[in-house]
Amino acid sequence: MKNQIRPALSLFIMLSVLTGLLYPFLVTGISQVAFPHQANGSLIVRDGKPLGSELIGQNFTEPKYFWGRPSATASSPYNAEASGGSNLGPLNPALKDAVEGRVKALREADPGNTAPIPVDLVTASASGLDPHISPAAAQWQASRIARVRGLNEAEVSKLIKQHTEPRQLGLLGEPRVNVLALNMALDGIAYRGAQR
Amino acid sequence: MTQHAWLMLGAFMLILLVLAKPLGEFIANVMEGRRHVLSRVGTPVESLIYRLAAVNREQEMGWLNYAISVLLLSLIGVLFVYLLQRLQPWLPLNPQQMAAVSADSSFNTAVSFVTNTNWQGYSGETTMSYLTQMLGLTVQNFLSAATGIVVAIALIRGFVRHSSATIGNFWVDLTRVTLYILLPLSTVFALVLVSQGVIQNFAANVDAHTLEGAAQTLAMGPVASQEAIKMIGTNGGGFFNANSAHPFENPTPLSNALQMLAIFLIPAALTFTFGKMVGSPRQGWALLAAMSILFVSLAMVTISAEQQGNPLLSDSGVAQSFSATKLLPGGNMESKEMRFGIADSALFATITTAASCGAVNSMHDSYTPLGGMIPLVLIQLGEVVFGGVGSGLYGMLIFAVLAVFIAGLMIGRTPEYQGKKIEVFEMKMVSIAILITPLLVLIGTAVAVLLADGRAGILNPGAHGFSEVLYAFSSAANNNGSAFAGLSANTPFYNLLLAVAMWFGRFGVIVPVLALAGALAAKKRIAETSGTLPTHGPLFVALLIGTVLLVGLLNYVPALALGPLVEQLMLAPSR
Repeated sequence: MKNQIRPALSLFIMLSVLTGLLYPFLVTGISQVAFPHQANGSLIVRDGKPLGSELIGQNFTEPKYFWGRPSATASSPYNAEASGGSNLGPLNPALKDAVEGRVKALREADPGNTAPIPVDLVTASASGLDPHISPAAAQWQASRIARVRGLNEAEVSKLIKQHTEPRQLGLLGEPRVNVLALNMALDGIAYRGAQR
Repeated sequence: MTQHAWLMLGAFMLILLVLAKPLGEFIANVMEGRRHVLSRVGTPVESLIYRLAAVNREQEMGWLNYAISVLLLSLIGVLFVYLLQRLQPWLPLNPQQMAAVSADSSFNTAVSFVTNTNWQGYSGETTMSYLTQMLGLTVQNFLSAATGIVVAIALIRGFVRHSSATIGNFWVDLTRVTLYILLPLSTVFALVLVSQGVIQNFAANVDAHTLEGAAQTLAMGPVASQEAIKMIGTNGGGFFNANSAHPFENPTPLSNALQMLAIFLIPAALTFTFGKMVGSPRQGWALLAAMSILFVSLAMVTISAEQQGNPLLSDSGVAQSFSATKLLPGGNMESKEMRFGIADSALFATITTAASCGAVNSMHDSYTPLGGMIPLVLIQLGEVVFGGVGSGLYGMLIFAVLAVFIAGLMIGRTPEYQGKKIEVFEMKMVSIAILITPLLVLIGTAVAVLLADGRAGILNPGAHGFSEVLYAFSSAANNNGSAFAGLSANTPFYNLLLAVAMWFGRFGVIVPVLALAGALAAKKRIAETSGTLPTHGPLFVALLIGTVLLVGLLNYVPALALGPLVEQLMLAPSR
C-alpha cells in the first residue's frame, strides 16, 4: 500500500489542476470570445441596466401582462437565486388547493372567459424560473390582455403567433412562447428575441 | 404516448447507437494502449504525468493493489472536497461570499461526489463558491467517472486474460480515461452547451430590474464546464438547485436532447468496448440489447403515465389533454418545464435513473404514482440498464455471471462465461456485489421511517412520504443521486446515513468486482464445447433480462407496494 501513496497524491494534484482549473478556465476563455452573450447569461439590457435574461422567467402579476408559469421558488416567485419546484406529490391536497387557487385568480382577472385553463398555466415549473408558457396558455389570456389594453383580440393573437417558437429542429421540445419577450412586445420595447 | 414522444424515443435510440459504436471501439484502443487519434498530442503529457507521479507504466497490479489504489484516491478525494467546503470563505473565487458549509453537509457532499452519486442535500447557488464547484465537485465528476470506467475495464481484462496475476495499472488506466476520453468529450460538449445559452463566467450575481419594476438577482458562475462532465460522467450533480431544469443549465430542447445522449453515451459505448476487447462484438451486442429492451419498455410507461395527467385535477377546470392543433401540451405539468413538455421530461427522467446519473430536468417527486415509480425501479434494478459510466457495465456483467450460473443449475452443467469457469469464489463475489445495495436500501429506509429524525424530513403526506424516503436510500446506495426532492435531507441524520449508503453502495460493489476480475484473470481459458451456453443470442438476452428483473422484484416489491403501488390504487377510484 505504501508505494501507492506517492502516485495517489501526485496524480490527485495533477488531475485536479487539469480538470478543476485548466479545463474550466479554457472553456471560459473560449466561451467569452466565441459566445459572450450566452456565456454571460443572455442578458437583456435596457438603458444600460440589465432588465433580465432571455432565458429566465419573470414574475408577472399585472393584468396588462401575460402571466407565466406559477413559481415555487423560495421566499418569492421567480427568485433566480433559489431555483426549484414545488415537489408536491400528485395526491397531496396542497397541490389541488394550489391549482384551484390559481384557476380562481385567472378567472377573476377575466370573468367572461369560461374555457378550461391550459395545465401549464396553473402548475408550478420545475425550476421556478420557466420563461415559457404553451401557445394555448398565452391564447387563453388574449381576451384579458385585449380588454385591459384596449386592443383587438385578433391583434393579440397575431402577436402570440409571432412569438410562438416551434419545436427545435422540428422535433425537440414543445412549441412555446417566451412570456417576457411577448410582454416586451406588448409594451413596444425592442427585443432581439430568444429565437434559437 | 403522443406521436412526438414516439419520434423522440426512436430518434434517441438510433442516434445513441450511431455515436456509441465508434466511441466504444476508441475506448478499447485507448485502454489497450494502442495508437489512436489523440496519441500524438497526449503521449508527451501522459509521460510527464507518470514521471512526476513516479508511476511505472509497465508495472501492472494484482486485484488487491488495484482496489487499494482506488480506495486511496477516493479517500484523498473525500478529504479534499470536505476541506474545500469548510474553508471556502477564506479561499478565492467566491464573489457571493458563501459561508463555510456545515460539517455534516460537507461530509455528505464529499462522499456523494467521490462515489459518483452526486446526491445533493444542499442547494448549489446558495451554498457553494465557484472554487468549490470547480476544484472540488468538477474534479470529482471526472475522477469518479474515470474510476467507474477503469473498474469495468479491469473486469473485462479478467475475462480476456488467462493465467495472469494482474489486471492492469490503476494509475495508468485513470490517466488515460481522463486525458483521452473524458476531457476531450467534456470540452467539446461544454462549448456546445454555451452556444445554446448555458452560462460560463466568474461574475458575481447580476441584479436585474424586471419589466414590472421588481428586483431579480440572477445567479452566475462557471456552469457549462461542470454541466458537460456532469452528464458525460453520469454524475448528475447540478450547479444550481433545480439542476437541468434550470434554464442556465439546460436552456433549450436541443441542449436537453444532447444532455440525454451524453448520459447514455459512455455506458452504451462500453458494451462495444467489451465486445471488442473479448474479441467477439456480438457478446457486447447482447448486453446492449438487454439494456435497450429494459429501458425502452420502462420509458414508455413513464411517458404515457405523465401524458395522462393528474385525475384529481380533472374537475378543477384545467385542460390536461394533449391537442396538437391548439398547441396545448396537457399532461402532468407540475414541476416540469414548458420547453421540454411531457415527453422530453419523462424521457429524461427514465434516462437519468436507468443510468446512474441523477440529473433531473423535472422534479420526480411530482410525477404521477406510476410515472414516478419507474425511475425508482430503474434505480433499484441496480443501475445496470446502461447504468453509470463503467458501473453500468460491471453491474450488468455481474448479472450475466449470475444468469449463466442459474442456467447452469437448470441444465446441470458447470457454468462458464467468456471461456471462464464460474466457481465458488466467483459466485461469492457476485452475491456480495448484488446483495449489498438492497441491504443498504431496505435497512436504511426502515431505520429512517422508524425514527423521528427520519420522518421529520418528509414533505408529502401518506404513501408518497414513504416513497420519498425509499427513493432517497435507493438513490444513495445505487449511486444515482436524483431524489424525490420534497424530502428535507440536509440534516445531520440524513447527511450521515445517506453518506454511509453511498460509500458502501459504491465500494462494497467495486471491491468484490475487482476480486472477481483478479480471480477470472488467474484462470485458464476453457475451450467452447457443444455444451457451452451461447451468451450472445436472444435466449441469453431473455435470460439476462429475466435475472435482472427477478432479483430486482424479489428485493423491492414489498417496499414498492407500500409506496407508489398503494398510491396508484388510491388514485384509481377517483377516475
